[in-house]
Amino acid sequence: MSVAVPAIKLKRRRSWDGVLRWLRGDWRAAFALAYLAGLAMLAILAPVLAPYSPTDQNYDVMLLGPTAEHLLGTDDLGRDILSRLIYGAPVSLYASVMAVFIGLVLGLPIGLCAGYFGGKVDLVISRIIDTLLSFPGIVLAVGVTGALGIGMINSMIAVGIVFSPEIARLIRSQTLVVKNELFVDAARGFGASTTRIMIRHILPNAVQPVIVQVTLLLAVALLVEASLSFLGLGAQPPSPSWGAMLARAYGNMETAPEQMYPPGVAILVTALAFNALGASLRTALDPKLRHRD
Amino acid sequence: MKRWRWAGNRLLQIVPVIVLATFLVFGLLQLVPGDPAVTLAGDSATPQRIVEIRQIYGLDRPFLVQYGTWLGHAARGDLSKSLLSGEPVSESILHRLPNTLLVVAGSLFLSLLIGVPLGVAGATRPGSRIDGFITALSSFGVAVPSFWLGMMLVSIFALGLRWLPATGAVSLGDDFWGAIRHAILPSLALSASGVATIARQLRSALGEVLASQYVRTLRAKGLSSGAILWKHGLKNVSVPLLTVIGLLINRLLGATVVIEAVFAIPGTGSLVVNAAIGKDFPVVQGVVLTMVILVIVTNLIVDALYTFLDPRVSQP
Repeated sequence: MSVAVPAIKLKRRRSWDGVLRWLRGDWRAAFALAYLAGLAMLAILAPVLAPYSPTDQNYDVMLLGPTAEHLLGTDDLGRDILSRLIYGAPVSLYASVMAVFIGLVLGLPIGLCAGYFGGKVDLVISRIIDTLLSFPGIVLAVGVTGALGIGMINSMIAVGIVFSPEIARLIRSQTLVVKNELFVDAARGFGASTTRIMIRHILPNAVQPVIVQVTLLLAVALLVEASLSFLGLGAQPPSPSWGAMLARAYGNMETAPEQMYPPGVAILVTALAFNALGASLRTALDPKLRHRD
Repeated sequence: MKRWRWAGNRLLQIVPVIVLATFLVFGLLQLVPGDPAVTLAGDSATPQRIVEIRQIYGLDRPFLVQYGTWLGHAARGDLSKSLLSGEPVSESILHRLPNTLLVVAGSLFLSLLIGVPLGVAGATRPGSRIDGFITALSSFGVAVPSFWLGMMLVSIFALGLRWLPATGAVSLGDDFWGAIRHAILPSLALSASGVATIARQLRSALGEVLASQYVRTLRAKGLSSGAILWKHGLKNVSVPLLTVIGLLINRLLGATVVIEAVFAIPGTGSLVVNAAIGKDFPVVQGVVLTMVILVIVTNLIVDALYTFLDPRVSQP
């Protein structure tokens, strides 16, 4: 005998629906996401798309303006600027993602512990976080890079260390709210371990503002990476990081001022895209601002 | 009386922050990979040099003893000597700090000079075309690399039009107007994100005040828009504005490092960058320490100003 199935169709909300609705409602975010996806594709396909090698020097075509062969001209070593710009995308994106990732790896557990355990643990961690936040970001990044030794990876570790107190503070304040929720008590009642409660129950419910912050920090990381490479602390020649390209252009500012525009515009537009995405995510994820449907 | 007691308490509170900051600055040395003495001595160092560096830092002694010795010297203003030039670190910092502070102060001034009117214009005409323009402008302000902006300013106003000097700095005491002329372009380049931050924060804080119930009552009473804005609006946003300024000073002290490189300003920023590249660690530590103490003192001043702007803050 078969049991009559009740005729209620439960509408399962797929996560893609939400994403599509969000992007349809916010053309800026859609545009930013499309741009960043395009940039990621460009970064992956750089060897296919770039017309020249980013490092091959050609002394016959030094400091050329835009021509048919070299759409954006060449730099002072005769390297094709368009190719360097394309190859610079993976360098700059990878550096930004790495810095933010290191910030998360350091910041999340520290902030979670401070918020969850409270008391003296929280007091000590919060004091350290406050003090670290008093350091001017780039100065601290320069100091840490000086200690670790210059280079792209070390400078991004430094930026990650600079980001970590910000992330820790954010996740701490969220954890303070979430740890008092009923489902955390329930999990504890079922005998879940502290680590399991923190990772499986608190983290997923406290992470939303961090997602927004991560998007915004990607823009900051991109700018700081460019700055450090410009200063000679980050990407080393002949790496085609956008910041290093600007450093090169700086040296030829009097003879070829137009060299500074392609990498500068690339940094500006990419930072704008990350910021637009972050601002839009903030509205989309904030339950107070989300339109009810 | 209460205010003074509050100020005294607040002063006592920053002591542990400063001590912790010195601890973190000294701890930077622990990040140096391998044997710090060998790394800091450079690639072509003689064994004597390595021993010498080990002695300067007391690297053969326990960490806390090293820290205590360093802190004792630092508290007396002795930040050791540069490993490269042999110059006392505190002297080179004091010598270069005015150049940095002039650019930072100029940039703060410009941020307020441009940012406040923009914020007010946006807040008083919400949703208008001006408001939209200001929002777009502030998005650009935070996304533009300041050193790239600096390069463009040099290219246009210094190399192209020859209105202002491209690089260098002049001491305020030697030649007042020369110093100002040298500081204009770097300050302008540095102020992009400041203008954006101040305009955006003021726009939202003032917009909230102007949309509030009591402002509606004032309007109903027949008070003019100007009077509402000046007497009630700006007074109520002074506290959030002060918070923004405090955070901005921290950010400017960091960002000036890159701007000093673009404009070849002999300030603390260029000092710390060259020291980081040259592994001149006493200089790195000295500059980082000076900067963080500047920020802590700024925060203290901002906190003190809160109590004068908003008497509720000092109430227990």
